[in-house]
Amino acid sequence: MNKIVERLQNGIIKENPTFVLMLGMCPTLAVTTSAINGVGMGLSTTVVLVMSNMLISMLRNIIPDRVRVPAFIVVVASFVTIIQFLVQGFLPSLYSALGIYIPLIVVNCIILGRAESYASKNPVVPSIFDGLGMGLGFTLGLTLIGIVREVIGAGQIFGFQILPLADAAAEKAGYTPVTIFVLAPGAFFVLAVLVAVMNVLRKKAEEKGRPLPAAQGCLAGDCASCNMGSCTGKSAAVNEVSGDTAEKKE
Amino acid sequence: MKELILILVASAIVNNVVLSQFLGLCPFLGVSKKVETAAGMGGAVIFVLTISSFVTSVIYRFILEPTGFSYLQTIVFILVIAALVQFVEMFLKKQVPALYQSLGVYLPLITTNCAVLGIALKNVTNSYNILQSVINGLGTAIGFTIAIVIMAGIREKIEYNDIPAPFKGSAIVLVTAGLMAIAFFGFSGVI
Repeated sequence: MNKIVERLQNGIIKENPTFVLMLGMCPTLAVTTSAINGVGMGLSTTVVLVMSNMLISMLRNIIPDRVRVPAFIVVVASFVTIIQFLVQGFLPSLYSALGIYIPLIVVNCIILGRAESYASKNPVVPSIFDGLGMGLGFTLGLTLIGIVREVIGAGQIFGFQILPLADAAAEKAGYTPVTIFVLAPGAFFVLAVLVAVMNVLRKKAEEKGRPLPAAQGCLAGDCASCNMGSCTGKSAAVNEVSGDTAEKKE
Repeated sequence: MKELILILVASAIVNNVVLSQFLGLCPFLGVSKKVETAAGMGGAVIFVLTISSFVTSVIYRFILEPTGFSYLQTIVFILVIAALVQFVEMFLKKQVPALYQSLGVYLPLITTNCAVLGIALKNVTNSYNILQSVINGLGTAIGFTIAIVIMAGIREKIEYNDIPAPFKGSAIVLVTAGLMAIAFFGFSGVI
């Protein structure tokens, strides 16, 4: 029981994939134009994460180590396909809003990352709750970013007008939405501010002697850590290569 | 012909893959510190994306669609792309060592790139034929190269600027990307 609570806490707060680990930035930027899209994307990812963690944990002693990453990808891609058809069938409006980003859950770093670092080494029940915690943490992150963008960009939360809009014709004072925030550039600005805030918090936590877990993935400049590069079972080579590029960049 | 040019321009500039669709963000942020490496990455992406668009499109048209297995597209595409990149790497290493020298290091990083899978899926959703798919892949990759080279140029200058401490590192890069996205937004009326 303790383990379950610990896993949930770990995913939602301590190692929150959006705020702390900074993983899965591609969907984070793309679908958070409104809070409801964030929730939809987050929950779809959660379902895939829970199912794939469960199956991978069950198969952890059967999958040979050398082909584990392709095997994980097939498992994840199967669940993503199932989710894609469920969303398409039952939530068509969400499906058209999220579009291509639903099948792209396959290449979300969080899912393969959890499969590799947790589910493939731990028993089924903790793995399920690890997936659930991470998924809910991701949902929380997407929802909060979606709310921020929706409020600034349209004065709404979940489609409800919370800031009365200005109306020049009726000379009514009110809020003028900054439309750019629900468009592509706004996503970059919101994420930039988020990264800056996290940098400050990270520094504070370090001064207190309780450093936050390091950011992983793209924003840490670590492309190869997403495991996709190792699908062919050559992760060592990839790491070597990214080391090379790092040196070249110096 | 006109239609193909439209696809090329639309995918390269109007719907820029990084700045308006957020695909391939990882290498865009990670490998954009120097113009030289950014151009190398761009070249590798052009190479892989064109080939993978062709291969996935052929597989979809001639295997998945006739046999009624088109719902397996995500699974098939991701495995094909991973194998393809590996194969291209081995082929270049053996046959074209000069090209491998300049592009080789970037190839494994490209499998990480959700742009490759994204474009393969987009070709299917837009029901492009094989030639249109290849042009779409090429255009997308050119758009990626334009974006990453511009970004690298700006980042080389940013190095010498005084940036507020919390924004140092990836935050200022994201602000720059946002400003670039606004600039590219201006193209949306072109087509």
